[in-house]
Amino acid sequence: MPETPRHNAQTAQPAQNDRELTFAQAIREALAEEMRRDPTVCIMGEDVAEAGTPFKVLSGLLEEFGKQRVLDTPISEAGFTGLAVGAAMTGMRPVVDIMFGDFVTLTMDQMVNQAAKIHYMSGGKWKVPMVMRTTMGATRRSAAQHSQSLHAWFCHVPGLKVVLPSTPYDAKGLLKAAIRDQNPVVFFEDKMMYKLKGTVPADDYTVPLGVADIKRVGEDITLIATSSMVQVALGAATMLDEIGISAEVVDPRTMWPLDEKTLIESAKKTSRAIVLDEGYERYGVTAELASVIATGAFYDLDAPVKRMGAMHVPIPFSPPLEDVTVPTEQTVFEAARAMCGR
Amino acid sequence: MTTAAQPREAPEKVGLWLRMYRQMAAIRQFEAQVDELYTRALMPGLAHLYIGEEAVAVGVCEALERTDYITSTHRGHGHCLAKGASPDRMFAELLGKKAGYCKGKGGSMHIADPATGNLGANAIVCGSAGIATGAAFSARCLGTGQVSVCFFGEGALGQGVLYEEMNLAQLFKLPVIYVCENNLYTEYTHYSETTAGDILMRATAFGLEAASVDGQDVLAVNGMAQRFVDRARHGDGPSFLLCNTYRYHGHHVGDINREYYRSKQEELKWKTERDPIANFGKWLIEQKLADVAALERVQAELESEMKRAVDFAVAAPYPTVDEVGEDVYA
Repeated sequence: MPETPRHNAQTAQPAQNDRELTFAQAIREALAEEMRRDPTVCIMGEDVAEAGTPFKVLSGLLEEFGKQRVLDTPISEAGFTGLAVGAAMTGMRPVVDIMFGDFVTLTMDQMVNQAAKIHYMSGGKWKVPMVMRTTMGATRRSAAQHSQSLHAWFCHVPGLKVVLPSTPYDAKGLLKAAIRDQNPVVFFEDKMMYKLKGTVPADDYTVPLGVADIKRVGEDITLIATSSMVQVALGAATMLDEIGISAEVVDPRTMWPLDEKTLIESAKKTSRAIVLDEGYERYGVTAELASVIATGAFYDLDAPVKRMGAMHVPIPFSPPLEDVTVPTEQTVFEAARAMCGR
Repeated sequence: MTTAAQPREAPEKVGLWLRMYRQMAAIRQFEAQVDELYTRALMPGLAHLYIGEEAVAVGVCEALERTDYITSTHRGHGHCLAKGASPDRMFAELLGKKAGYCKGKGGSMHIADPATGNLGANAIVCGSAGIATGAAFSARCLGTGQVSVCFFGEGALGQGVLYEEMNLAQLFKLPVIYVCENNLYTEYTHYSETTAGDILMRATAFGLEAASVDGQDVLAVNGMAQRFVDRARHGDGPSFLLCNTYRYHGHHVGDINREYYRSKQEELKWKTERDPIANFGKWLIEQKLADVAALERVQAELESEMKRAVDFAVAAPYPTVDEVGEDVYA
């Protein structure tokens, strides 16, 4: 793991150029800066140009960069993802936009059998520097085919990198790093976080892939959380604070490469860990992270590592049903309290 | 043999024609050695031989520049050789040796070579349609003037992604040529059992320029390929070239008893009446561009070249086990 100083949300001092941006604005700024810096960066996807995506994340990019670099495609996820693989091999740095994370299923051959393997199969000769941006996250009342968090699928494939930003600051820095990376990177944005505001420097900065961030320092229990679950964990930590439990919140930021060291160190310090992720709990990201901690911090743990992910059901439409499928501040608070014996 | 060209029209093409003969013969001899390596149990795994289809790869690749791109298939040795790969490093790859094009990590179905514009053979049927189209996209964006050729068998006509790519290529006016090698059999099933309607109309429906040629006639293939390459290079967009050909051997080297899906008489008829190398050799002699002795000399030279290449590969070392984790990430 590279020894890079990490951005610590607790200790970082606001700089002069910091502004409040939404998560969506941070994504857009990262893309615009990289497109200005590197003429080979281009965006392709459904309704990315004039529409700027249904989430308006890309608004304004067409006006600045034109139709040659912001390309509306047909509804052909496999087609334009495959095209991006070939373009990445031959001198471009495409960023493909898969509107809903559920649609990644349509790109699987292009990502799993092509993009992920080309560097290895060619003995290191061809590279595939592309980014797939897509969304994740339930509770938007969008039902089973527009609500899944399928990032674990990509984590399972050697050759891919997988990024799950949780703040506007991280979103900008990680996306810029992903675009500059020499490998295929899958970048998951929780669509419920697009309006989340946070401090983002106007400067050119990157957040290196493979460096976790401690979002809140604590002593009694570690909450390892990804993407929107970081906000849930922070909310739960505030609730825990009120009953005298000090929770540390650690955000791995990238699922692969994975900063195992920071996860293990935090668990060793607090002796208790809960892993939170919005993907399916069964065979999911939480299983891998829990295993890393259970193995690395075994002698320091006071309790088995607990996992909290999505229920093993297709995401239902009806609000009361949907809301119980994913961890909430309340359920995390209760689980943490029980683990601490309160 | 009927051909698309006549020597008196273009005497400067004699060099090209002789080279095409040599290239086709090289592919056949290469593949004969592969079969031999399999039979002698010197080659791990299987290989899909290109014997019978040589005129397609050579006719198309001779219309390309070295810097132009190709993508290939599981039956890809012919494309790689026709684009300029050298037999010794190909054999080394087939044997899983470090000296192979992919350091032994790819094998028969994944030979890739940036130096000759070979984006890689692909073992997913139609798996490279996106890659070839994307390479054409880069060529257009970067203004390099390169064109891209996507080779695939008629089995790929069943994959939806092919039509997504042709649609994109036409919308973006990309310099890509989709070359469909119809060798009649998708693995062990005649293509008529798997392919509805008209093949060319699948391409013309998207507005692609499309043509069908005798894939056993290297001059016919080359002539049409040259036309499509020129078109692509001049910014006139994608095209689709259907080459009607025949696979002499089985789906792979282990597919020996084939009578449940095709007769020996059928195979014999193609081999004796439609052989691309024999017929082209005959034509060269008829046109007094070569004599029997000259063609025999070519064959003899290739035979010793292929034997040397095999010896090189057999003697080459395997990669060391600590290389297994290298090249996963760039």
